[in-house]
Amino acid sequence: MFEAVAFYLFAFLTITMFYITVTTQQALYALTALAAGMIFISAFFFILGADFLGVVQIIVYTGAVMALYAFGMMFFDTTRDVVEKRTSPQMIFGMSTLAAILVVAIFVAPIVSDNITAFYPVVEGVGNSQQIGLVLFTKYLVPFEVAAIMLLVAMVAGIVLAGKKMDRSLTLMDCDDAETILQENKES
Amino acid sequence: MEITLNHYLVLSTILFAIGLIGVMRRKNLLMLFFATEILLNSVNIGFAAISHYYGDLTGQMFAFFIIAIAASEVAVGLGLLVLWYKRNGSIDLDMMSTMKG
Repeated sequence: MFEAVAFYLFAFLTITMFYITVTTQQALYALTALAAGMIFISAFFFILGADFLGVVQIIVYTGAVMALYAFGMMFFDTTRDVVEKRTSPQMIFGMSTLAAILVVAIFVAPIVSDNITAFYPVVEGVGNSQQIGLVLFTKYLVPFEVAAIMLLVAMVAGIVLAGKKMDRSLTLMDCDDAETILQENKES
Repeated sequence: MEITLNHYLVLSTILFAIGLIGVMRRKNLLMLFFATEILLNSVNIGFAAISHYYGDLTGQMFAFFIIAIAASEVAVGLGLLVLWYKRNGSIDLDMMSTMKG
């Protein structure tokens, strides 16, 4: 009973938040609604017994990704309204077709996959984090290391791309120097 | 009132459809990024639910790797976006048609 109440409550909240994210005209509303939706999604992971995944969801998505977006939005002009594309009939047709196919596939999938057996069954008697550790550091060690290298590459790429000319601070130099730099940026 | 796997899969589909709507109707690239995050999160819910109902940890592993990929995607994509905005002063998709014939 408790599970059902929690599921429906968080499902409603998540859908509402994400709907606000995709429909609002204000970039800041979209950002905050998305952050709230991420936190509500972690509730599903806790209900499903995947505690470690829920904690990672909160830390990585709300802590890292949303903070990165918030910092990135300082570069953009977020106060003006976001211009919307006019939706064409073809697009609506394509979207609804895709959604219908997805729904059918979901209701057929349990029938097709009746004889699925667990590949790495859940170990009894230990917590979720320990189970994750047991599987991650034995069966999935190579993908884990590859993911670590990928994150390192992404970090270096992010610094190289966004950190250009960041050693010069426009607020600390004279007005004239700052003006010339702004002019150069405008021309190039 | 038992919550079954289908409940979670339907929720995952609804969120995925919302993300698809966002991808298709947004013009601003930052908003497109938000919609991609919604897509990735909806898939994560599906993976976690299947992992729970079949007693298998593989789904959770996949969800972890998806989170790692999403984090690196945001780092690189936002860097490119900042660079583009510094150069052109706009991140609308319509402004990026430099090769219009």
